[in-house]
Amino acid sequence: MSGPNDNFDPKQVAALDAAAVEGYVADALAAFSAATTTAALKQARLEHAGDTSPLALANREIGALPPQARKEAGQRIGQARGQVNQAFAARQEEVAVAELEASLVAERVDMSLPVATGPRGALHPITNLIDEMIDVFADMGWEVADGPQLEAEWYNFDALNVPQDHPARALQDTLWIDPPSAGKLLRTQTSPVQARSLLTRGVPLYVVVPGKVFRADEYDATHLPVFHQLEGLVVDKGISMADLRGTLDHLAKAMFGSDTATRMRPHYFPFTEPSAEVDVQCFVCHGESVGNPDAPCRTCRSEGWIEWGGCGVVNPRVLKACGIDPDVYSGFAFGMGIDRTVMFRTGAPDLRDFVEGDIRFSRSILGGAR
Amino acid sequence: MKAPISWLRDLVTLPADVTTAKLAEQFTGVGLTVERIESTESPVTGPLTVGRVLSYVDEPQKNGKVIRYCRVDVGPEHNDPATDEYPASRGIVCGAHNFAEGDLVVVSLPGTVLPGNFEITARKTYGHISDGMIVSELELGLGEDHDGIIVLEPGTAEPGTQAQDILWTADEVLDIDVTPDLSYCLSMRGLAREAAIANGVTYEDRYRQQLPEPADGGYPLVLESERCSSFVALTIEGIDPTAPSPEWMADRLRASGVRSISLAVDVTNYVMLESGQPLHAYDAAKLQGPIRVRLAQEGEKLTTLDGQQRTLSADDLLITDDSGPIGMAGVMGGEDTEVTETTTSIVLEAAHFEPTSVSRTFRRHGLPSEASKRFERGVDPQVPYAAAKRAAKLLTTHGGGQVTAETIVGSAPAAHSVSLRSGLISDVLGTRVEQDETLRLLKAASIDVTALGDSLTVTAPSWRNDLVDPYDVVEEVGRHVGYDRIGLKLPVPPVTRSLDPEIRDRRAAMRAVAALGFTEVLSLPFISLAEVDQLGVGEQDHRRSVIKLANPLSETHSYLRTTLLPGLFSAVARNTSRSLTDLAIFEKGKVFFDGGEPDAPRLGVAARPTDEELAALDEALPAQPETMAAVVTGNWKPAGWDGPAVAADWTHVVAFAEAAAAAVGVELDRRNAEMAPWHPGRCAELSVNGIVIGYAGELHPSVIAAYKLPERACAVELNADLLLGHATQGGEIAPLASFPLAKEDVALIVDEAVPAVEVEAALVEGAGELLESIALFDVYTGDQVGEGKKSLAFGLRFRADRTLKDAEAAEARQNAVQVAVERFGAVQRA
Repeated sequence: MSGPNDNFDPKQVAALDAAAVEGYVADALAAFSAATTTAALKQARLEHAGDTSPLALANREIGALPPQARKEAGQRIGQARGQVNQAFAARQEEVAVAELEASLVAERVDMSLPVATGPRGALHPITNLIDEMIDVFADMGWEVADGPQLEAEWYNFDALNVPQDHPARALQDTLWIDPPSAGKLLRTQTSPVQARSLLTRGVPLYVVVPGKVFRADEYDATHLPVFHQLEGLVVDKGISMADLRGTLDHLAKAMFGSDTATRMRPHYFPFTEPSAEVDVQCFVCHGESVGNPDAPCRTCRSEGWIEWGGCGVVNPRVLKACGIDPDVYSGFAFGMGIDRTVMFRTGAPDLRDFVEGDIRFSRSILGGAR
Repeated sequence: MKAPISWLRDLVTLPADVTTAKLAEQFTGVGLTVERIESTESPVTGPLTVGRVLSYVDEPQKNGKVIRYCRVDVGPEHNDPATDEYPASRGIVCGAHNFAEGDLVVVSLPGTVLPGNFEITARKTYGHISDGMIVSELELGLGEDHDGIIVLEPGTAEPGTQAQDILWTADEVLDIDVTPDLSYCLSMRGLAREAAIANGVTYEDRYRQQLPEPADGGYPLVLESERCSSFVALTIEGIDPTAPSPEWMADRLRASGVRSISLAVDVTNYVMLESGQPLHAYDAAKLQGPIRVRLAQEGEKLTTLDGQQRTLSADDLLITDDSGPIGMAGVMGGEDTEVTETTTSIVLEAAHFEPTSVSRTFRRHGLPSEASKRFERGVDPQVPYAAAKRAAKLLTTHGGGQVTAETIVGSAPAAHSVSLRSGLISDVLGTRVEQDETLRLLKAASIDVTALGDSLTVTAPSWRNDLVDPYDVVEEVGRHVGYDRIGLKLPVPPVTRSLDPEIRDRRAAMRAVAALGFTEVLSLPFISLAEVDQLGVGEQDHRRSVIKLANPLSETHSYLRTTLLPGLFSAVARNTSRSLTDLAIFEKGKVFFDGGEPDAPRLGVAARPTDEELAALDEALPAQPETMAAVVTGNWKPAGWDGPAVAADWTHVVAFAEAAAAAVGVELDRRNAEMAPWHPGRCAELSVNGIVIGYAGELHPSVIAAYKLPERACAVELNADLLLGHATQGGEIAPLASFPLAKEDVALIVDEAVPAVEVEAALVEGAGELLESIALFDVYTGDQVGEGKKSLAFGLRFRADRTLKDAEAAEARQNAVQVAVERFGAVQRA
């Protein structure tokens, strides 16, 4: 550092002349532009705007100038430093943006990688279908009821107008608890819950009953000794078969689409009279595969309709056995196989897969964990 | 019921445009569901040809058989040209001997395809080229006769004629599912009537004649039980025992699924199928004394037609003569009096038996028959005589002889009437049915009806035992009106409810464990005693209280499950065998415990049982709690790009229980316990408010070995009813403090046996109200804490509705430690 400039000597303050200052600024701007990283820019700032930069050193020389020259030099240096600082700030912004962009590119990961933190769970298609069906009824304000699976013979048969020695008992091969004289069995249908609901809940009654039922049946691709039914029962004043048809039609439309039709065919069940079977129009081909061998339908086997369940008007004898006056109240009941419904809805080919526990079965349907 | 179309069209004249398909649709439309339409056309394709045996040579073989080398004339089109040795013919080797030179036989020439996709080719056998095969009934699927080959009647056809048209009559057969209420449709007579109604044509009933007044003079009959209401016996003498059944009859029987046996037997079967009335033919020469219908004496014996000796029950109704039982009434005849190829005199039985008696007898003896099926559902009580007469006519027409005597005992019950409000039909069906339509439909079905004011009185014909209640009449009208006419209405409950909380909770628990990663499976609820033993449970364990099935599907799995675990173990085995080894599976289902409950009372149905009676019924039922169980094996998470594998362990089954509990707002308490089938040191007892609801942990190594499970498999089983019974609704939300948190850590050295959860409870108790939360963050055992000790490190978080001073938090921490020190001798770790 030089001392005060007692004797004016232009040579000693060459650093303050305009050309020199411009040169410092140009050098600084060039250095900032050249810096592409924050670190490089920091270094450039140190060199061109720091305490030992030419501009800073030149600034110190101002005092050596004659007083009349100081003002001009001061202004010149001030402007130059302002220009350099501005350039630095602008470049700093540019570098930061570029660096962020570069790091975002560098930090890219393959977002298609699997992210499981544990196994993928799923509910059984039977469970999901039961939930879906009872929601249709719960939304209409019906109750959902349940009952024992190991049931008294009286509830499963007698109360439902199936007296002993009646051939209708043979329609369902019953699994009896030993000894059979104890009058206990594995319920062959969800219908005993009809009697239980009438006896305990009374009328008017709007109830739906999902559950497991048992038959001494074959175990093969189309039969299981244990399967699931959904049963519905309405007993109120003025109930007719039109209410039954409307309810089943509503259920079919809710499950298979609003363009799905249903039909009823006369049939026989001891606990309903008149009785019918309900068919749902094929929701895949809408009947167009019938008589059209070029476009066969796997879902309805080109029959156009799929047998879905049984139904009918509650037999007054059932109402009587449950203490309901059949001259005042009437009702309807229906029931359908859940397993079969899963089968035709999903195309599942073999009922044994439903109970053999292969995890791929339950996981087949998307949303299986719902 | 199989209904050959040719037979139906014989009985009723249907409009020309009514095709078989149309008829099937009509039947299905009135509740007689046609399952399928079968064809009786030949299943054989290719050159099945009539041949004449020109000559044969018997050739004994080394294996002891004697084969015949035959030269068979199979017509100019198929014959090999004549040679010096043989005339124009083919050489065929045949094993049967029931034919002679000159007989007409049926030859399947090479290229013929027999049932079972069996294609005939020329082949070398027994030293000859056999250029085809002479066939039996069995090989053609025509019958079961394999004793010899088919020998056609002389003059049936010329050699070379295609044999299909000779052996099969083209007919269509409706296979109809006849429901128990329409028992009269287990007859061609009933089906023909339904076809007539559906097409609006008249029906001439061949069996119109009613049961006549009693008459003696024929074979002596004595009815000693009220279970037989009438009995007709026709004596037919002078029958040619060798007379065959006419072809058309054999064809129709075959089309109906009934084997052709002999004229007498075929006629009884034919008339049963036509009239619905089962008949039985006795060899008159073998009967001794009067026929008596009576109940059996306990232990009496009868050898039935199938050759089985049956020990009878006092509830069995019998046909007997002086020799003892000769038939099980309405079920099956006896061997001793059956007609044979030497029978020339027959006593023909047409009787009416009580449905429930027949039903019990055939079930008791496991003897379902065409006869018992009809009797148990109800046979027209007026038809026995008409049926017997029709059978006698067919028998004498085709077998010669004549009816020499008739006996009729008993009578048919009076016609049954039912009255109903005429509006009931429209009210129940939900569509308007005018009175004249009702009357027209009922009358078309031969149902007598009189209308008086608002009331209809309906008298059912004798074959309609199903029309008992007013609603039966509604259905009769309804099925003919057609259900398509009924409109759609959606009934609305007067009081609507939302989903039952219990069902919502169950659903929440299921979804929670599925979301955690468990896959639901289902299994059959049957178990073997060996499976219970393999769990290693003690003699007094409640899981040994199994309930036995009377008629199990499998002798080994004859009990109801008391635990879901064996079913899950089977599912593990199934998955493992399919190379699916990382498993987290669960099942929800009922288990059943025998609690020595009494027999279920048999209540009446005429009126509502009393509450006491209903309670007694429920008390007879064993406990059957809803249960949830899960098993994990292999890896919870397999090794992946993001890290090493996480082995499935006890924490995952505990997490299962806690997820299910949390979903219904329940917090589980957990402590070490010993319970089969779990590892004694790695089993947690799960409880809620002091009530044990289940167990979770690693399975006992010996159980893993017994069930061949993957090593270190873990399981949980809990009583879902108990869990859901504690479900909470609602709750309280306190103000959320926003003042700064004070954190304090503490590490305590305690005996290894001290449960962490109890140390935590002590800290909570001591820390007091300032404690916001506590978490165990480290468990250490090793040199630094000494043998038999462990160090538990907890993080405590304090907060209040003001800023806590450091000293306050430190004091609370010290108080917490103090309780743990006092309770467990805990030492603070430096």
